[in-house]
Amino acid sequence: MSVETTKASGPQEFEKTLAASDTSVASFDTHSRTPLESIQHRLHKSPAMVPLIILLLSVILFAIVVGGRFFSPFTLTLILQQVAITGMVGIAQTLVVLTAGIDLSVGAIMVLSSVVMGQFAMHYGVPAPVAVAVGLLVGALCGFINGILIARVKLPPFIVTLGTWSIYAAINFIYSGNETIRSQDLETTAPLLQFFGGSFKVGGAVFTYGVLLMLIMAAIAWYVLNHTAWGRHVYAVGDDPEAAELSGVRVDRMLLAVYTLTGIICAIAGWALIGRIGSVSPQAGQFENINSITAVVIGGTSLFGGRGSILGTIFGALIVGVFALGLRLWGTDPQWTQLSVGALIIVAVGIDQWIRKISA
Amino acid sequence: MTQAQDPILTARGLVKRYGRVTALDNADFDLYPGEILAVIGDNGAGKSSLIKAISGAVTPDEGEIRLDGKPIAFKSPMEAREAGIETVYQNLALSPALSIADNMFLGREIRKQGFLGQWMRMLDRPAMEKRARDKLTELGLMTIQNISQAVETLSGGQRQGVAVARAAAFGSKMVIMDEPTAALGVKESRRVLELILDVKKRGLPIVLISHNMPHVFEVADRIHIHRLGRRLCVIDPKQYTMSDAVAFMTGAKVPPEAALAA
Repeated sequence: MSVETTKASGPQEFEKTLAASDTSVASFDTHSRTPLESIQHRLHKSPAMVPLIILLLSVILFAIVVGGRFFSPFTLTLILQQVAITGMVGIAQTLVVLTAGIDLSVGAIMVLSSVVMGQFAMHYGVPAPVAVAVGLLVGALCGFINGILIARVKLPPFIVTLGTWSIYAAINFIYSGNETIRSQDLETTAPLLQFFGGSFKVGGAVFTYGVLLMLIMAAIAWYVLNHTAWGRHVYAVGDDPEAAELSGVRVDRMLLAVYTLTGIICAIAGWALIGRIGSVSPQAGQFENINSITAVVIGGTSLFGGRGSILGTIFGALIVGVFALGLRLWGTDPQWTQLSVGALIIVAVGIDQWIRKISA
Repeated sequence: MTQAQDPILTARGLVKRYGRVTALDNADFDLYPGEILAVIGDNGAGKSSLIKAISGAVTPDEGEIRLDGKPIAFKSPMEAREAGIETVYQNLALSPALSIADNMFLGREIRKQGFLGQWMRMLDRPAMEKRARDKLTELGLMTIQNISQAVETLSGGQRQGVAVARAAAFGSKMVIMDEPTAALGVKESRRVLELILDVKKRGLPIVLISHNMPHVFEVADRIHIHRLGRRLCVIDPKQYTMSDAVAFMTGAKVPPEAALAA
């Protein structure tokens, strides 16, 4: 282009010197990076790398200090069983956090759904599949209410779900009369509710159907987030909602869908929870909201939205599981688990902030 | 000039009120094929309301807009986009964490053929990346290695380039650019101006909103001066000086009859 010569009103006097300067402004240059910068760029591209490295290191650490007992197929699959519920709720939480939201009511939705399934199957005498369906519907409804308040009424997600957390938890206790449905009763009347507690063995490794369910859910969520337009829009909404809207993404519809889907996933986790503990207890899973946020954050998903991954969340849940079981087998005070998980959260957020400061 | 041809887009008697404030007061607008039309005006003159009415971001209370002679009434920017009117917003409307290719196709992704696309809703990444790369190369923006690079790792000028390439790739009728050089340094501004001329060479008419008079006078074929909610006049940048334009814009000087008639 030779704008300078063809147009009468060419560049300004002060711009003349530019003619001799480098014209490749909009090229994608690669100046040499320091090793630290290359690490930053690599982590920026694959945010699940940090939790994966921490997971591997912690497994190696406990294999060394605890010994062969820790590194057995049985123990390692036991960790999977212990984190299955947190993993499922964490998948839902990841979707929400990617949109720059947060859902504090996930644990309450999960328990309420499981209680509804139990009550319908045991007290109303409906067939177990119908009871499960009603439970899933209740979960969807809870999520939908969150979604309406956040996407349509435009209230902050933290406040909305702080409120609905209390509301859903209270409904759960009022409705169930704080009554636990015993495992034996379920077994005789509605064994379907305990389905995900069932297990099979591969050598020394023990897999429950709950673990399998979590892995399948993670695979589906990974696929949807990375290989469908809807998934890319989840990231875009969390990244910059205004830009997403101008690019043609229906932001409020997207948020409504994400919170409703979160409710459904939590209800599925509620079903798996019955299998995990055997009975239906309104007291169970009280801290799953905090556990899921912990898994999401340690998994490298940014609380500011727009970046993170399902894989990271699963790694995050596993890291917590490895620390919990490893420290217990090592014979330490359980408080050390709390302490190390707390430290991991802070380290994870620190690394996230550093990665976000990336520059060209 | 290009006046002999029929305009691509015309607006007549647009009115837009926000409560007691009248942002558009019987505003007219004409865009001809292949031209760069600059729109200038003082702050609050109603430039952005005019542009938003054309790009579908606001619906005017009164008046008529015609695209290729056919009346149109956009209810959202999406509808304007579908009609072939692309807008490069001042904030660029890019998603920083997503890749260049993902950004270019945000909201109109290409899906794979057959079962994968129909039932699994799978994106056709190779096709999207190829088209993104082709478009960037065509506009001379590409000495590239990595189309899957996140937009936030690009410089301001590069981001502007991606936004312009997106508009040029999908705009079949016209491209609206809102202050494309406002956030850029001198050198990057120059590249973006060349890019605007490149897009024009491809035959797409451009509406350029800018406060930068030197830039406006450098690239524009005609200058639409907006004042007090309506079109005051349209001038030829070769026949008037920048200070004339500023004087018309602020009301310090009354434009001659000939310009008013345009």
